[in-house]
Amino acid sequence: MSSEHEFDAGSNVGEDRAPGATGPEHTLGQEVGGYVFGLALAVGLTAASFWVRSTDLVYGPGLAMALLVLAVAQMGIHLVFFLHITTDPDNANNVLALAFGVLIVCLIVFGSLWVMEHLNHNMVPMQELMRMQR
Amino acid sequence: MSSEALRAPDPYRLEPRPTGEHGSPAVTGHGAGGPAPKRIVVGYGFWIFLLSDVIMFASFFAAYAVLFKNTAGGPTAEQLFDLHNTAVETACLLASTFTCGMASLAVGQRSQKWTQIFLLLTGLLGFAFITLEVREFLSLVHRGAGPSRSAFLSSFFTLVGCHGVHVSAGILWLGTMMAQFYAKGFRQDIRHRFLCFSLFWHALDIIWVGIFSLVYLVGTLPPELLP
Repeated sequence: MSSEHEFDAGSNVGEDRAPGATGPEHTLGQEVGGYVFGLALAVGLTAASFWVRSTDLVYGPGLAMALLVLAVAQMGIHLVFFLHITTDPDNANNVLALAFGVLIVCLIVFGSLWVMEHLNHNMVPMQELMRMQR
Repeated sequence: MSSEALRAPDPYRLEPRPTGEHGSPAVTGHGAGGPAPKRIVVGYGFWIFLLSDVIMFASFFAAYAVLFKNTAGGPTAEQLFDLHNTAVETACLLASTFTCGMASLAVGQRSQKWTQIFLLLTGLLGFAFITLEVREFLSLVHRGAGPSRSAFLSSFFTLVGCHGVHVSAGILWLGTMMAQFYAKGFRQDIRHRFLCFSLFWHALDIIWVGIFSLVYLVGTLPPELLP
């Protein structure tokens, strides 16, 4: 009788919880610990960003990409430990909305850069334009 | 459709499901147990607003990235920005996001004293951040690098200034939350408002991570290292 099990999912969902999730089974100490751990990771990543920017140890042309990766990692840390975006069943709608938001953000940012790069490339250079107007 | 189905007590399944407890958070997201509790719905609605805010910031980020090199012969990011100031601003905002998290734990414990202490700390750190930012803006304007100098500076002031306006509005909101907790106690509707505030405050720190990484750290790289 498979139809009996279709609505049974609610009985044991308390077990699939992510590290940032708050619930009745977490003590105050564990919740404070979660925030402190998140803060430590965020501080570490921020310090890493500023360190990468000031040191000569990282390959120069890769610096911008390294800083972008550190920024995205820190945003992820903030989402999980401070905003509590987790794999909790409570959070399914929030995660879907976030995924759509990230899609739109990427379209806007990378789309603008892509289009404007090509526009600039196809533009008549400014000196040439001035000469033609004379 | 047969007339049998129309006469059924709940043909469109609008009533809470028999499985699970009504409104229990344990069964939300699984299509069982009826509507989600109000805390989840309020948080979701505010999250949608925050995502639209993030999309607005993404447009400003895109404008900054596109206009970054259009300095019209004026000063460049490398010549203007002081990374020490940025580091202190970042520390203030990160610490304030942590104290805001502590305040939400204090609200969970129904502790008036710690709620007010952590909210006050959050507000003071946010105020320190705004003070540093305003000081930086004033010094830029005094050096002749105001928003009207070049397309690069227009997009910089729009992006960073818009974040600053959000933080200022957040500080006002924080003040009203402190007053409401003090005057009305830990009522459910007040706690829902505070949930929205804490989401707002944490989201502002996420935007700032993008700003300090891309506008300040990547922006001040020497031109030959930029992509």
